[in-house]
Parts: sequence; structure tokens; C-alpha cells
Amino acid sequence: MFNTVFPYLLSGISVGGQYALIAIGYTMVYGILRLINFAHGDVFMVAGIIMVYMAASGVPLLVCIPLVLLLTSLIGFAIERIAYKPLRTAPRMSVMISAIGVSYTLQNLVLYITGGLNQIYPTIPFISGSVTIGPATTKVVTVVTPILTIVLVFALVQLINHTKVGMAMRAVSKDFETSQLMGININRVISTTFVIGSFLAGVGSMLYFTNYTTVIQTSGAMPGLKAFVAAVFGGIGSIPGAVVGAFIIGIAENIIKGLDIILFKAGLIAKPMGLATFSDAFTFALLIVILAVKPTGLFGEKTIDKV
Amino acid sequence: MSLLKVMNLKVSYGGIEALKGVSFEVEKGQTVAVIGANGAGKSTTLRAISGLVPIKSGTITYDGNVISGQQPQQIVSEGLCMVPEGRRVFPNLTVLENLRIGAYLRKDDITADIEHVYQLFPRLKERSWQLAGTLSGGEQQMLAVGRALMMRPKLLMMDEPSLGLAPLIIKNIFEIIETLHEEGITILLVEQNANAALRIADYAFVLETGMLGTQGTGRDLLNDPAVKAAYLGKGAGK
Repeated sequence: MFNTVFPYLLSGISVGGQYALIAIGYTMVYGILRLINFAHGDVFMVAGIIMVYMAASGVPLLVCIPLVLLLTSLIGFAIERIAYKPLRTAPRMSVMISAIGVSYTLQNLVLYITGGLNQIYPTIPFISGSVTIGPATTKVVTVVTPILTIVLVFALVQLINHTKVGMAMRAVSKDFETSQLMGININRVISTTFVIGSFLAGVGSMLYFTNYTTVIQTSGAMPGLKAFVAAVFGGIGSIPGAVVGAFIIGIAENIIKGLDIILFKAGLIAKPMGLATFSDAFTFALLIVILAVKPTGLFGEKTIDKV
Repeated sequence: MSLLKVMNLKVSYGGIEALKGVSFEVEKGQTVAVIGANGAGKSTTLRAISGLVPIKSGTITYDGNVISGQQPQQIVSEGLCMVPEGRRVFPNLTVLENLRIGAYLRKDDITADIEHVYQLFPRLKERSWQLAGTLSGGEQQMLAVGRALMMRPKLLMMDEPSLGLAPLIIKNIFEIIETLHEEGITILLVEQNANAALRIADYAFVLETGMLGTQGTGRDLLNDPAVKAAYLGKGAGK
């Protein structure tokens, strides 16, 4: 039983880590602007495309990696400045529509450049190799992802809780006006948030596309949506929530993918039933159940009790 | 020399004129009170000075420089700080972090300033690790004042510091304002609690629907029959 489940569990944890890196971008931007940044999944996809073209143009991979992360961060910064900042005082719905606009602009731009063809993601040597852990043989990236995710999340939490920038971010997320009275430049803090979110999505894209190997203009849609679900599931606005939510969704989704085989080998069903088809639907069903029981998600904004 | 000079200040919100040409000066070292009814434009005056609301016309001069049109963060950096209405402490930050964020623009050592605030408000020291959202209203007001002091303001503007507080706490807050005055901080105080405000004010203005009315020393206004009738209520000002 364990031998059958383990490989699915392992890839679930890995996918969960990749979702987590994207989900943090959603949750941080929501925390500060109360905006669902629909373009975030596409930033993740664009990071993949940049990597493909940069590697194809002969730039050594070790140079590509930091350069892609830098460019992805810059794209996040630019999107905020061009599409969201001018709408700072506009109703939230307008900003959201602007985000949808950015999402399609990025997709169409990539469609124009690639001609809608699948692009083969370059092989990053040290994470593309195979490794055998117990009963599972998998890519090194599967093992690297959760570790790297945890390290990055830890660093981010330290930044938010123990630095001046982090303190400003927490202040701005509660009260724009009073933050300004403290001398905080809120636009700079918001930009920082987008840069961090995009950077992490860039890291996520390297791990994700090493696993899935092809990039196309719609590649950001599903992982973006799943990461968004993870962020809501965990309680949007909460970073630990987004991470825990992402791991739960990643694991649940992969267990469902292997459910036929797991049940078949356990002798519970006579022949495969094609349950794997429902793995995406399951993610959303899970979201509905959680939100029905706990509308603010697992770690949703806690209300402070007076003592 | 006056530290703050407001000349013919006009502010409107979507066509409604909240301030219809207000002019006044605040002398260095003075405590100046602005009293008036709800909707008279008291808060708007302070918000316009601190750069939070755009002004329609007029000029605001602070310490010899025109500050109207500047960003709030720039105005704060020049030592013009505000304790906003309703305290507005950051509920998700600890008491100590709230004080630290008050000194956000400062690059030098702030340890002595934190100690100074704790001396003024010993309650805050006891609760320094507590989230500000868990404090009582009075403690939050102390924190809001302490937070503004962290910038070492030359001019401290306070918007209704007594709002919604128990009489004993109000007394305490006004004592602190007097202490700050003795420390040499210039204070511009907006209050509905006219009685308490006029008692500590060197100079005071009455603001009526966007225009300045009576003005004079705090004592003059306390004894002014019209002010008495409108803002102090029966038996006040004794």
C-alpha cells in the first residue's frame, strides 16, 4: 500500500511546493491591495517563456537563472506601475478588470511570439536528473522543490516579521493613510510586494517547467488557478495559509491522479474507473467544502480580541 | 515667527466646499486649539495640512517653506506629525513596532525616544509586546501620541484625542498635552471637547461650517458668552 501511494505523495508534495511559490504572490498582493491579481499566473508562464528563449539564444543556463528571476521581478513591478497604480483610487472592480486585461495581454503577446507552439523548456542539469527514494524514482526537482520552498518561505517570513520593510508592508496592509502619516511611501511598499511575488513565481516556474518540460501561452492558467485556490483555501492574505493550502491541494490532486491504481492494487476495485480525470474538479470541490465550513479559509484573517 | 501659516485654505469634496478660505497662524511653542461642531471642517483642516487631502486653493507654509502640494511622507519628514482621528494604531503590529514605525524615516538611534515615550506612558512599556489591536481605547490613544512623538515633531497635530474616552483618561491625555507643550513642542489641537481644549490652549479658533469664527486666547474663548452657549454648555468655563 505504502509503496503504491508513496510516489504520488512525493509528486504531490513537489507540485504543492510549486503551487505555494505562486500562491504567495496572490496572497501578498491581496493582503496589501485587496486585489486578486489575475495576471499572476501569466507572469509565471512568461518567466517560463523567457527562460526558453534566453537559453535558446545561447546564454549559459547558470546566467539564465538569475537573469530570468530579475526579468520576472521587473515584469511584476512594471505591471503594477502601468496597470494598477493609476487605478489606486478607483473601485476595486476596475483594478480587477485591469488585471484580467493584463492576463490576456501577456497571453496574446506570448502567442504572437511563439506562434502558439509548445516550447521545450531547457534542461536545468542539476535538478533534471533522476533520483530513487525508497519505492519511487523521480526527478531531482521533485525533492528539491519542497526544500527550496520551505527555505524561501522561511526567509520571506523573517523579512516580513523582522525587517523595517516587512514592518512597513504589514502597516500598509492595514491602513494606507496612517502609513503615509508615518512617512511610508506606500507605492514603494506595493512595488516591493509585486517584486517579491513575481520573483517567487519565477522560481516556481523553473521548478514547474523542469517537471512538465513544455511551455505554451496558456501554461500559466491552470497552475495559477490552483495556486489561487490554495491561497483562498489557506485564508487569502496569510502567507503560512497559502503555503499549507498549496501543499494540501498538491497532495490531494496527485493522490486522486493515482487513486485508480492505489485502489486497484489494494483490491478495492476490480478495474480502473478513470478517477484521475476528476483531479482538477476535486481541487475546486475541496475549496467549496472548506469555504462552506470555514469562510475565511484555514488561516483567514483573525479578528483580534480585546483583553 | 509663526511655525505654521495657513492662507485662504479651500478644500472641497466632490463639489461640496468643506473649507471656504481658512487663514490662521500657529506661533512656535504655542498650543493652539481649533474647536467647532461636527462637520465644521476641523479634521479636514488637519488632513489638508498633513497632505492627506488635496487642497483646492490657498497656501500652507511651515517653518518658512510652502508645503501645500507635497506628499504626506515629505511633510512628515520635516517634523510635522499628526495623531489621526480615531487613533489608527496598527492593530497587527506590537506596541513596540508601532513606536518603531513612528520613527520610520529616522536613520539614527531611537532607543532614547522609546524610553521617553515609555516614561510618558508607563502602561505602554508594560504592554510593549502586545498587539496594538488588543489595547483599550485609552491605551491606543497613548500609543498614537507616542508613535507621533517618535518622529521628534516640531509641530504636533492632534485630531480629537479625547474622542470616545472615559473622563479620567481624557484628563490624563490633556495632562500629557501640557507636558509636551512644556517640552517645547508646538501643538495644533482639534477638539469637540471645547472645555478641556480651551483650558490648555494659548490661542484658539472656532471653526463654523468651513469658515473661521471667533478667535482669541483660550481664556477669552472660555469666557465668551457666544462660545459658552454654543460649545461649552451650561455651567462650563468656571
